[in-house]
Amino acid sequence: MRLFTLILAASCLVGSAAFAQDAAPAGSIETGKKLFTADGCYQCHGYAGQGAPGYGPRIAPKLMPYQAFLAQLRHPRADMPPYEAAIVTDQQVADIYAYLKTQKEDDPKLVPSFY
Amino acid sequence: MPKTPTLAQLDRRRFLKGVAIGGAAVGLAGTADAQTSPNPTAAEPQKAASPTATQLAAETGHPAELPPLTTKKTGSDFMVDVVKTLGINYMAACPGSTFRALQESFINYGGNTKPEWLTCLHEEASVGMAHGYAKVAGKPMAAMVHGTVGLQHASMAIYNAWCDRVPIVVFTASAGPVEERRPGVEWMHTVQDGAALTRDFTKWDDYPWSLQSFAESTVRAYALATTAPMAPVVLVADGKLQEEPLHPEEEAKLKIPKLAANMQPAGDPNAVREAAKLLVAAENPMIIADRYARTEKGMGLLVKLAELLQAPVVDVRSRMNFPTNHPLNNSERKGALVSQADVILALEAVDLYGQLNRMRDQLERVTFPTAKPNAKVISITAHDLLVRANYQDFQRYQPADLPITGDAEATMPELLEAVQKELSDARKTALAARGQKLADATKGLLDRARGEAAYGWDASPISSARMYMELWNQIKSEDWALVSATNFSSDWPFRLWAMDKPYRYIGGAGGAGVGYQQVASTGAALAHRDIGGRLVVSVTGDGELNMSPGVLWTAAHHKIPLLTIVQNNRAYHQEWMHLQRMANRHNRALDTAWIGTTIDNPNIDYAKIAQGYGMFAIGPVSDPKELGPALQKAIAVVKGGEPALIDVVMQPR
Repeated sequence: MRLFTLILAASCLVGSAAFAQDAAPAGSIETGKKLFTADGCYQCHGYAGQGAPGYGPRIAPKLMPYQAFLAQLRHPRADMPPYEAAIVTDQQVADIYAYLKTQKEDDPKLVPSFY
Repeated sequence: MPKTPTLAQLDRRRFLKGVAIGGAAVGLAGTADAQTSPNPTAAEPQKAASPTATQLAAETGHPAELPPLTTKKTGSDFMVDVVKTLGINYMAACPGSTFRALQESFINYGGNTKPEWLTCLHEEASVGMAHGYAKVAGKPMAAMVHGTVGLQHASMAIYNAWCDRVPIVVFTASAGPVEERRPGVEWMHTVQDGAALTRDFTKWDDYPWSLQSFAESTVRAYALATTAPMAPVVLVADGKLQEEPLHPEEEAKLKIPKLAANMQPAGDPNAVREAAKLLVAAENPMIIADRYARTEKGMGLLVKLAELLQAPVVDVRSRMNFPTNHPLNNSERKGALVSQADVILALEAVDLYGQLNRMRDQLERVTFPTAKPNAKVISITAHDLLVRANYQDFQRYQPADLPITGDAEATMPELLEAVQKELSDARKTALAARGQKLADATKGLLDRARGEAAYGWDASPISSARMYMELWNQIKSEDWALVSATNFSSDWPFRLWAMDKPYRYIGGAGGAGVGYQQVASTGAALAHRDIGGRLVVSVTGDGELNMSPGVLWTAAHHKIPLLTIVQNNRAYHQEWMHLQRMANRHNRALDTAWIGTTIDNPNIDYAKIAQGYGMFAIGPVSDPKELGPALQKAIAVVKGGEPALIDVVMQPR
């Protein structure tokens, strides 16, 4: 939760029009899907980027702006491990971003009521 | 030639030998009665003289001229008499020759009831079952572990129970003196100080050297184990004491002390009144409840306190402390509450430092406080009454402004009374407004959790949120109990389920030792079976299950109704994440962290394993749409009094 808050804060800082979602470089959805698993992103965020409270926040389908996303990977706030360019290139980040953009938003009504 | 000793002068072993030697001599001399009978002096009352060799021969058909090979009663029978006074319902054990006499006595002499013998396939399972049992039953059961090797197997489970401050009575055994040990293996299983191995993480142990000592030590051990802070105890049953004949005149001298119910240690009343003043005057108080609720009364008392103060409660979930559907349950808002609180009441906080500080797990480990510097911290805990030096489960030292040493649940009635006295009508009105704000905040939390759970709803592997909600759909109309920890699956039940009764949850391992879950769940299900009417569910990680799969057979054999869902993420996932973190930190290959951490290629078929142990099982289930029907089938089996298992291929967390 704390991490989620920090990421939101980071996204607000860079959330100008210049860094809007559309400003993301082109990426390969297929490659991004593979990298999302191979690089271990899913371990905390789930295969669909749905998040796992206490481990990693939801990061899809509502994505933070690309530059904020990139900044979080390169020099993360809180506990997320760093993904520097030596191990994930800018193009690979764009691929992962492209994959996450394809995730669908599910209807909360699917979830049975608490009461 | 020494004089024939009187009976009073003989210890039991020498007495037996006297009979044997006498018997042999009689054979030679042909005057059996004269020489095989003990020869009490005139001063010795003959209340229950031991039978003569002739009498024994008449009873057993054993030739009088040969040493006796049988006896009617042994020390182990008396040991059973002692254990039976404690009201222990079960003795879990994997067989071991060092306690062969005791096991036979429990089964035949003791009638295999109270305690009933439970067959386990590993000593870690025996103790782990007792761990889970105690948290539901509210009292210990016992485990019997083989001398040396069995205790070594059991040590991990004992450590978990120690860290979780749960009472267990562990019996182990050791062979007798050197001249009476069978050559070979018996020496390997014999130890000078039988409980030394686990002394760093038990509350007490003893190696009684007489039956009277065994009686006193066993009752003492039970009383110590069940007095807060509770913890396991270990008793070593000497092999010689177990197997020696026990004659009536000796037995008549033995006394079993009466077990009295101990009062639990409550905090100092003056300090409690001071705490009440601070809490009532606070503008933003909060309550952190961790290993707080020891009994079913604990939750109700905490609800009363929270309602009196209209204060938010953060349940750290080492126990079922506070209903999830209570408007003052603000567990999901812990960060904000801690940062704003002016008074923090911590109830049995296992890691108070960790509740009030945070460490960033990066290359440089940086810590920073999360509470306001001027926040007043009140800590009520019995923890400081039982701290050891070697193992570091005591956590980093965190001073409190008002530390109250005492069991938090036992202290709660006094605190409630003190708070009531402090509350004026005007203050009650002000607090009611605060309570309304908190209630509004919790409504939002529930909606948000439902929204979060919907993401990845149809994903395969199945999301943990989907699995828990499919399960919830099946059990919500039952009287259910979840006996597994939820921290490795994002604590979804605490967000989405109505966990409204004290027995809905029992916390986790305590020591984070892998191997706890399935065995403790089975013990917990056993306790629920005795209470009756509850549908018991456990979600067990695949790594956990692989540590002690044999307990599936124990559940099937003893007909312990438990629905097990294997949270099969095909990895020791927590360790995978750690390895991944190290690779990131070193800027090295990211795609190798699976080496040594994953449990696939080949995938393990847990349903087949369970079926092999004689349990109903379904799986692997990878399609979320198949989960509901699978749950229905398995629950029908469990309701019929048998265990069942579903292997669910799930996302990591």
